[in-house]
Amino acid sequence: MGILEVKDVGKRFGGLQALGDVNLDVAENTVHAIIGPNGAGKSTLLNCLVGKLIPDTGSVMFDGQSVLGRTPYQINQMGISRVFQTPEIFGELSVLENMMIPIFAKRDGAFRLQGIDNMMGEKDIVEAAEKMLVDMNMADKREMHAAAMSRGDKRRLEIGMCLAQEPRLLLLDEPTAGMARADTNNTIDLLKQIKEERDITIAIIEHDMHVVFSLAERITVLAQGTPLVEDTPDNIKGHPKVREAYLGEAA
Amino acid sequence: MLGLNKKDASLLVVVAILVVCAPILLNPFPENSSLAQFNAGYPDLMQRFVIFGIFAIGFNILFGLTGYLSFGHAAFLGAGSYAGMWMMKLLSINVIPAIIFSTVIAGVISLAIGWISLRRSGIYFSILTLAFAQMAFALAASVLTPITGGETGLQTNLNDPRILPEFLGGGSAVDGNIPKPSLFGIEMTASFEIPVAGWLWTFNWGYYICGIMMLIAFYVAIRIFRSPFGLMLKAVKSNQQRMNYTGLNTRPYMLACFVISGMYAGLAGGLMAAMDPQVGAERMQWTASGEVVLMTILGGVGTLIGPVLGAGLIKYFENIFSKINKATLEVWFGVFPDWMSDFFVTIVYPFIGKGWHLTLGLLFMGIVIFLPGGLVEGGQRIRKLFNRKSSDASAKANPAE
Amino acid sequence: MDAIVLQILNGLDKGSAYALIALGLTLIFGTLGVVNFAHGALFMLGAFCTVTLSRILTLSHEVVDPTRKDFLGNPLKVDVPYIYDWFGESTGAAIIDWAVPLSILFAIPIMIGIGVLMERGLIKHFYKRPHADQILVTFGLAIVLQEIIKYYFGANQIPAPAPQAFVGSLDFGALVGFEPGAIIYPYWRIVYFCFAMLLVGAVFAFLQFTTFGMVVRAGMADRETVGLLGINIDRRFTVMFGIAAAVAGLAGVMYTPINSPNYHMGMDFLVISFVVVVVGGMGSLPGAVLAGFVLGILESFASMRQVIELLPGVNQVVIYLAAIVILLTRPRGLLGRRGVMED
Repeated sequence: MGILEVKDVGKRFGGLQALGDVNLDVAENTVHAIIGPNGAGKSTLLNCLVGKLIPDTGSVMFDGQSVLGRTPYQINQMGISRVFQTPEIFGELSVLENMMIPIFAKRDGAFRLQGIDNMMGEKDIVEAAEKMLVDMNMADKREMHAAAMSRGDKRRLEIGMCLAQEPRLLLLDEPTAGMARADTNNTIDLLKQIKEERDITIAIIEHDMHVVFSLAERITVLAQGTPLVEDTPDNIKGHPKVREAYLGEAA
Repeated sequence: MLGLNKKDASLLVVVAILVVCAPILLNPFPENSSLAQFNAGYPDLMQRFVIFGIFAIGFNILFGLTGYLSFGHAAFLGAGSYAGMWMMKLLSINVIPAIIFSTVIAGVISLAIGWISLRRSGIYFSILTLAFAQMAFALAASVLTPITGGETGLQTNLNDPRILPEFLGGGSAVDGNIPKPSLFGIEMTASFEIPVAGWLWTFNWGYYICGIMMLIAFYVAIRIFRSPFGLMLKAVKSNQQRMNYTGLNTRPYMLACFVISGMYAGLAGGLMAAMDPQVGAERMQWTASGEVVLMTILGGVGTLIGPVLGAGLIKYFENIFSKINKATLEVWFGVFPDWMSDFFVTIVYPFIGKGWHLTLGLLFMGIVIFLPGGLVEGGQRIRKLFNRKSSDASAKANPAE
Repeated sequence: MDAIVLQILNGLDKGSAYALIALGLTLIFGTLGVVNFAHGALFMLGAFCTVTLSRILTLSHEVVDPTRKDFLGNPLKVDVPYIYDWFGESTGAAIIDWAVPLSILFAIPIMIGIGVLMERGLIKHFYKRPHADQILVTFGLAIVLQEIIKYYFGANQIPAPAPQAFVGSLDFGALVGFEPGAIIYPYWRIVYFCFAMLLVGAVFAFLQFTTFGMVVRAGMADRETVGLLGINIDRRFTVMFGIAAAVAGLAGVMYTPINSPNYHMGMDFLVISFVVVVVGGMGSLPGAVLAGFVLGILESFASMRQVIELLPGVNQVVIYLAAIVILLTRPRGLLGRRGVMED
């Protein structure tokens, strides 16, 4: 039994069947990639997992608990962190402040009125944030405005912010979309390092086959809102159905 | 000091010194000089400076930190004033219960309005707050007359009960007169005047009470800005999506911020009533909400000291600048030949005196267009300019380095 | 029954004004994405076009009337408008009498000019700034415009009567079979309503049937794509701003006989107009018109004596109450589209 179980999930938008009977089982401490051509329903599926959309049918269980009907922040507090396609960070704040927020959220929960204490006086939080910045190899950017950084650095910061919460499941939505080759490789190395160093499950939605095959241990192929096959990367590469639906098209 | 870092602490100290010395600093011109009309150091105006300072500080906690633009803050100001008046009518003429009650009532009302308005963001939030404030204004002027005194407003009267014992400010009348708002017997209007050479300095009790309240309000605002709560509010402004996906519930953060901001407005309203015990519904009108927006933007939204500066500037304009008339101008430009003097007077006249709103509007537009950080940003830019110049100069002086 | 008809009729003229201002606001918002707090000021400027024109028309010179004497026995001096000299006395008097409708011709070029000037000079620089900045800068502009008018025209209301032919009221009740005198409705309000309907119709027809309008509608739906097609959408948007200003201005011109203009009338209408826009649904033109009339009529029903006795004060707050209820139950307003202003 996996940490994330998706059973018979379906979602319609008006006349369009975006998802139909999706079943997915992500095992703990693995990297699971979900691939598929444009419009296959990858993003819709992801949005159903994090509470942005509510599926019409089926169930989504995380660690034995249903996530359906919960809001994004509640689902996050259960231990699911999400990295967006375009990095979502707090642009107006400093890098260190960016890193402190998820650590506050981890310690204090969804809301805590702490209006008088000095933020920088929270030694534990500052230390944890600084340690995470060192881990992310961006300690030198501590005081920088987050919005002023390069896209690669923003991505690195966003991943760091998610990791700072010590989530059990990290969802990545096309983490290398729109990146230069060098940035993409950096991101792959970073994710590999995370996989080795931490007990974490990663589910990744990706377009770039290079990224997928260098990271994933299991791959699910989605096409037209339904899973086509689920297998190991080696088997997927040679699968005729996949070639037809996806790789053939891309080549 | 007081849990502030060095920079904030020195800012607080500077503001405290300014507040204490304001009666002297704001009266730079001798009593009989022709410039005496620009003296702002009289109690009535100084009280307004600090009271509107509190109002603007509170507004800035909401708008500056979270970016939610409320167009209905006057409702809380007015509610605070009414609440304060009722305390002074029913309980005691002592200002302390009035101030406490006005803050509490404004907090309760802002909780209710915020609870509903914060379901939406952006311009919808602005319109919702505006709608609530206009409703409050319309109701205060009509149906709620038993509570608000309707169009004539609310005043202290001889037949008010004031049930507390006399030493706490109770009693309907003092020597047959309506008692004046006081603090354990010290009347808010009481002042002592010190004439020094040609100057006259007036130290007024009411002003210092308001000044102390403003310093407390300012101090609390600094603490909020630097707190984890303040960080969360800035994060709400920056990226709500990331907030939600970081396990944070933005609603209670916003609501708490809105209520705090409303309580600041209530405190300001209560102090207004305590300084001048009469309240009319116009205090709740949306133009009053617009005024606090102007103050905050003018001074520098999101900065600590900006709103206070903005409040001071607008109140100075309203009370001093507006009194310049044509005759004053003619005296000023009298040094030029007649035709030139006439020309200058004609050019300048529309912008001063009764036309001060025009200057204010232009100034405000200029600030929004060129200086989004307000006067504070202007000051910073000037300082940077000077720093660069001096560093250039020192670089030239030491070419070896 | 007659009371209900009366209230609907009473709501129509205010509703017309709301609808016209909200229509212009929505045009600007929909095409340019700008929240224009100076729109009420444009309405006010329109009203003052009327005042200006009637002042120009009555510009006079002194003439000695030899046939009459003043109380000292000297020949009486009378002011004769120049216009009498040019067109003769009876035509001249008729022109002055019809100053308000004539102001339409006068106001159109002026309002379009002001609108274009505003867009090129100020609004253009705010397309990419946050909505809060747009609100603030146009709020500042509204103060400036209003103060300029106050400087030149003073703070008092300036009456601008309707032409003699439209003074008086129609016994509408008798016309449709109620008791005579039950429903009395001033002629000018009928004119105003018809005028508003015409103007709304003209704007919709313009957007619907001209190429220009088609491009603008496409631009409202998706600005970037139209820009990619190589259509100079910016210039068209400038023109749209001019048109929106003209619509607001004309609403103001014709409103003068109903309510004598003063310098702060714009602000008074603006607050309600924004409520109207939001209720109608941000960015929806039919929504703006519909909401304008609905709220106008609602307001007039709420001022009925029976209603006030039941719910005191409801006439003062009904519009805001309606706005709050609609915003909370139908977040996008009556006819709003998805994804507008939902940042």
